Amino acid sequence: MHPALLAVITIAIGVGGCIGYFYLSNLFLDKVLFPAKGPNIGQNINRANAIRPWLFLFPAMFALGLYLAYPVFETLRLSFFNRSLGQYVGFDNYARMFGEPKFLEALRNNFLWLLIVPAASTAFGLMAAQLTDRIKWGNLAKSLVFMPMAISFVGASVIWKLVYDAKPLGQEQIGILNAIYLGLGGSEPQQWLTIPLWNNMFLMIVLIWIQTGFAMVILSAALRGIPEETIEAAIIDGANPFQIFFKIKVPQIAGTIVVVWTTITLVVLKIFDIVFAMTNGQWNTQVLANYMYDKLFRAGDWGVGSASAIVIMVLVLPILVWNVRSARKEMR
Amino acid sequence: MDNIAGSKAGLTWAVHLSVALLVFVWMVPTVGLFISSFRTADQISSTGWWKAAFPIEQNLTLRTAAPDTQVQEGDQFVVTGNLFEEAESTVSNLSAFAISARDIGAYQPGETAEMRDGSRITVEENGDYRLESAEAFEGSRGERVFVTATVPPEFTLANYDQVLGKDVARNIVIYAVASLLFGFALTLIFRSYETGVMSFAHYIGGFLLFFALIAIFGLSSGKVAGAQSTDDMSRAFMSTLTVTIPATIIPIVIAAFAAYALAWMDFPGRALLIAFVVALLVVPLQLALIPLLKLHLAIGIGKGYLGVWLAHTGFGLPLAIYLLRNYMVGLPRDIIENAKVDGATDYQIFVRIILPLSFPALASFAIFQFLWTWNDLLVAKVFLIDATGDTTVMTNQIVELLGTRGGNWEILATAAFVSIAVPLLVFFMMQKYLVRGLLAGSVK
Repeated sequence: MHPALLAVITIAIGVGGCIGYFYLSNLFLDKVLFPAKGPNIGQNINRANAIRPWLFLFPAMFALGLYLAYPVFETLRLSFFNRSLGQYVGFDNYARMFGEPKFLEALRNNFLWLLIVPAASTAFGLMAAQLTDRIKWGNLAKSLVFMPMAISFVGASVIWKLVYDAKPLGQEQIGILNAIYLGLGGSEPQQWLTIPLWNNMFLMIVLIWIQTGFAMVILSAALRGIPEETIEAAIIDGANPFQIFFKIKVPQIAGTIVVVWTTITLVVLKIFDIVFAMTNGQWNTQVLANYMYDKLFRAGDWGVGSASAIVIMVLVLPILVWNVRSARKEMR
Repeated sequence: MDNIAGSKAGLTWAVHLSVALLVFVWMVPTVGLFISSFRTADQISSTGWWKAAFPIEQNLTLRTAAPDTQVQEGDQFVVTGNLFEEAESTVSNLSAFAISARDIGAYQPGETAEMRDGSRITVEENGDYRLESAEAFEGSRGERVFVTATVPPEFTLANYDQVLGKDVARNIVIYAVASLLFGFALTLIFRSYETGVMSFAHYIGGFLLFFALIAIFGLSSGKVAGAQSTDDMSRAFMSTLTVTIPATIIPIVIAAFAAYALAWMDFPGRALLIAFVVALLVVPLQLALIPLLKLHLAIGIGKGYLGVWLAHTGFGLPLAIYLLRNYMVGLPRDIIENAKVDGATDYQIFVRIILPLSFPALASFAIFQFLWTWNDLLVAKVFLIDATGDTTVMTNQIVELLGTRGGNWEILATAAFVSIAVPLLVFFMMQKYLVRGLLAGSVK
């Protein structure tokens, strides 16, 4: 069958099935199981209303449970099995993984990413938000800085590979970074993506470029939400623009900055496409998610693959706990 | 609000300049790719894209006519012609020429160069040449001449023809302009409708016309001669589209019902379920790869569209429920209670009142999920693309092109731009909803 036709049929079945399920199950509940008539009408209505939420929730909770909750525990279980998942090996996978230089390199690089990308994106985003809010064409500027958000990590990788391109000395450079480097007096064109440690930085720039727009949009909304009186008071007290920004505005949006920071941190922990497309972990640029992909689909070692996924989960766990706690606080 | 006390003119200028610089730096990489996708392979490899608007000095390798066109003049065998015309080149004059790749630019126009076999060639500025030799020329191909010429800036759709099929890019542009004009005309006709279906008449009409034009006139007029099948993005484009649309629509339907229950229905354990959704919001999908791939293989779904739709649905649900619940909670309580008093059931309230009112939130999530599924690589690689590679998506094909055609920037840039174009279009058309969704999803 042609995939487009298959897609149309799936949409019809999926959407129709969902709507049909909700409609029919409600009908069944109201007309057959607990009809709102007869001798115990009040009791029936109450019972129907007690059951109905679960009808509404069931498909979503089933999908969430099967596609996200169950895999967490299953992956944890599988991480104690050997490469073909046939035999229990205890902590063997973890021991082997932590003995492997490539894994330690991935761990180190992930920490570098964690330190630099959220900080840089938030800082640039804050700067962009503050500056664009003050000028007339600010909205256009915001749109353009925000645009990389829509570009895939793979597309961004191609875009930046062109920026980092290097031609041998003597030929004209087509990568703009080398053209600038030579124009500023560099001695010879550099293969930017093969210089250890620095190449991590060049990969991070791609993600910073994408995430700055996100930080900018959210921080700009937060900045606009600051009560004007506080700023007026500061001006009357003789504060200069920098003092207003750092001592009045930033403390008031600290909560939002933390949210932006953690959101970008989550993206960084899962970063895969950029490294996969640009260097594939060569030249000391490995990261955890790409290491896991390598183990799964190149080395065929599902045990160590699961173990490395659990490492990512452990790194995410503090954010998860913090998120749940603040969500619960809000509910009260 | 900083202007209350007046601001210094110097500072304002500094702000304008720094924003301009920021925007410039942020745009440069994308613009580079965009411009490169309209240049020929020769141009891309000989100058940086930022020089695309200027004439460039380029070295071309051209050939004289084949030996079978030679004529005998006395005791000389002569081949004459015009280098540029024979190569169907757009260039029409040269500044120097050479007969060896090692001494490019050795001879001025009008000079005569002597080749190793004793034949002599004279090339004029306009490309006319005269090749003469005492002995007959042999072989099937002419002599190579290395020409240095100043090439005017030139932009071409040839790369798109190669990547998408002949004339596809041109046709899309023509159809899109026609649809835009038609949509604009509809706006004028239906401008009295401010709400309801008719207020979207120009969108619907425009899209319908666009697809009708594609259906009637077709997009492609065949393959470009010599195009490699691995460069062909049109199939991957369709495949990406096939993944994206169900994977966007299905989670919305499922999540909307759940969000309503979590927002407006009272039942024991509601707070716990909300916490559960919030927790799943941050679970990395890497955790799900192995168990779900095992599950899909075990129950017979295997690798394919169905698997990837299910996976995207599962992974998109937490954000969908979270966004929609947050939005629905903010709807006025009165409306819902009035409806209840009037005897509406929860199902009716949801379908007739909540769903229409939640349109902005639905749109926000739809954009997120669309961008995320369109741009995804990992989920497609794990759950969709099998050994045959028939269902490859664009992101995956681009990664493969990066491996096989790393230096062919005309192909890479064009392929990447084809995959970026749709999300960019969605981004600029629906930015309002995207921003709204971002704010609802993270600002507390």
